[in-house]
Amino acid sequence: MPTAHRPRLGVFKFASCDGCQLSLLDCEDELLAVAGAVDIAEFHEATSATMEGPYDVALVEGSVTTASDAQRIREIRAQSRTLITIGACATAGGIQALRNFADVAEFTRVVYAHPEYIQTLATSTPIKDHVPVDFELRGCPIDKGQLLEVLSAFLGRRAPNVPTESVCIECKRRGNVCVLVAHGTPCLGPVTQTGCGAICPAFHRGCYGCFGPQDTPNTDSLVVKLRELGMSRPAVTRVFRTFNALAPAFREAADSAEKQGATP
Amino acid sequence: MTERTISVNYLARVEGEGALKVRIHDRKVEDVELRIFEPPRFFEAFLRGREYSEAPDITARICGICPVAYQMSSAHAMERALGMTVGGPIRELRRLLYCGEWIESHALHIYLLHAPDFLGYPDAIRLAADHPDAVKRGLELKKAGNAIMRLLGGREIHPINARVGGFYRCPSREELESLRPMVERALVLSEETARFVSGFAFPDIEEPYEFVSLRHPSEYPMNEGDIVSSRGLRIPQDRFEDAFEEVHVPHSNALHAIRKGGGSYLVGPLARYALNYDRLSPGAKAIAKEVGLPPVVSNPYRSIVVRAVEMVYACEETLRIIDQYRPPDQPWVPAPAVTRPVDGAAATEAPRGMLFHKYRIEPPGRITDARIVAPTSQNQKRIEDDLRSLVTRSLDLDQAALTFACERAIRNHDPCISCATHFLELDLVRD
Repeated sequence: MPTAHRPRLGVFKFASCDGCQLSLLDCEDELLAVAGAVDIAEFHEATSATMEGPYDVALVEGSVTTASDAQRIREIRAQSRTLITIGACATAGGIQALRNFADVAEFTRVVYAHPEYIQTLATSTPIKDHVPVDFELRGCPIDKGQLLEVLSAFLGRRAPNVPTESVCIECKRRGNVCVLVAHGTPCLGPVTQTGCGAICPAFHRGCYGCFGPQDTPNTDSLVVKLRELGMSRPAVTRVFRTFNALAPAFREAADSAEKQGATP
Repeated sequence: MTERTISVNYLARVEGEGALKVRIHDRKVEDVELRIFEPPRFFEAFLRGREYSEAPDITARICGICPVAYQMSSAHAMERALGMTVGGPIRELRRLLYCGEWIESHALHIYLLHAPDFLGYPDAIRLAADHPDAVKRGLELKKAGNAIMRLLGGREIHPINARVGGFYRCPSREELESLRPMVERALVLSEETARFVSGFAFPDIEEPYEFVSLRHPSEYPMNEGDIVSSRGLRIPQDRFEDAFEEVHVPHSNALHAIRKGGGSYLVGPLARYALNYDRLSPGAKAIAKEVGLPPVVSNPYRSIVVRAVEMVYACEETLRIIDQYRPPDQPWVPAPAVTRPVDGAAATEAPRGMLFHKYRIEPPGRITDARIVAPTSQNQKRIEDDLRSLVTRSLDLDQAALTFACERAIRNHDPCISCATHFLELDLVRD
């Protein structure tokens, strides 16, 4: 049902778990309305119908881990007026970027009996390392409310309202007890961008940083606090080197703890 | 002799990236290769060196469609390694979380991925134009499953509340009770779903499956039970590797699992249902009977009806858990210190089949070895066998019809290639 005036939406997958694009299908109350407002030109998880580009908006999930994917993202960029990355893989390399800190040949040998069958790059890299990106939506996974906001904003040609402040602000709004101060639970909330709804502290656990760094993260100060609470340096490295390992502020914090030695 | 190639660039409505190649020579199917080219992500490798407590959150990221399955298999494996027993209300809440994932995942597959094949649409959105009530029913069911996961896990995708030993925070009775109206409604909608999908036209096919699933002494299996098969296998979960092996074939980034000394086998709803029909709830049995579903279903197309029956079961099980729930004194069972190297293995029932995890943990708590066998990896060889039989009996179809038939046959098993993908490139070579 292509029409002249309806914007074309493409949803594309790279190395990922499929969860961020599932967030769109998880908009149970809005899905049919969204589908009524756009032409879904490509969205393999949902439809076997495809249309040619160009796309008004491309949503890109996943990171680049193969040579052919590095080429494919260039082709998608060339066809897309607006390119939005969705989630930690597309924005910061994702959990699979842990390979960047290791020997991939060794990784392949651990997982596969015949490493020679496997074609992969030594690194997992965010989309912005390969092509210009118009907006990066954070999260592992993204929040579906934020996804709808960003989609409406770009389709309506206005700026999206996605706060970049810390999880702490959201915690206060939600009325959560501070797990760091009240319970001494290590928490990345002070340095992590809001968007999840501060769910970990609401469930009495520390934030583990799945939305990546907030806009002015003071990781040095937080690391001092984490160490006071008994976290070893390797543990500090691990907590920053998980789902957003390539986000610069988290990467620096992880590297710095690692450089200071493996002394507990 | 001419060689013909048909390419479908993308197989849609599955999770993951793959391709299919079928070679036909003198009207004989020579080769069927389900090629998975979803890029490898190396979870088993980078789990080495991480703390055992991190495994539930990290392995959840293997699959956005069934994160709970990964959290459950990893948590149980760690608990087994550490000699922990988790019972009472925490055990019940784990079943509840799994019920949410089964309802969500089955509703997604039935309405958004599978039903369009039977009704002749490319997707649920176009299906909704002609069958709005059906698609709205599917979305409402999906939302109910997600609501259970959200209440118990904080969010639908990669829930944050599950941990080794139990949960970070257990809900109050009142919180669980708030789910009741939605789940009561979901139960009615699941029954309507079973009636709706049982009216589809099913090709008259039976496949000689060896079904494999868990079997528990009294429950329809989710988190516990022995591994059993329809050909008489019965082993405890930690002996999985005695009976099954994975082989690495050149055409796939997923490993193929087979029975040792045997061939392919099938995990998932058809297997669970055939091996545990007697453990279904009364309402689930009643709806199966009403829609004419026998206790063993070997027609892969009718898996859509079995999924609907499992949704009825999951709704009834959810209501039972809500009725009987009393919050535990502690939300989790504390783990003992790791003083020597220990091994632990566990299998649980993901929506699309049995998921096996095995770990070695060394002091002070570091993972030194990890092995994960996903349901789609186990079904991959069996899907190839389905395709071989389909193509063999369908040689007179034209290329387009045969190609579509192959895609449908793959979607019957709800493959998850991220634990799988969305695109399968189909190469049909006839010479």
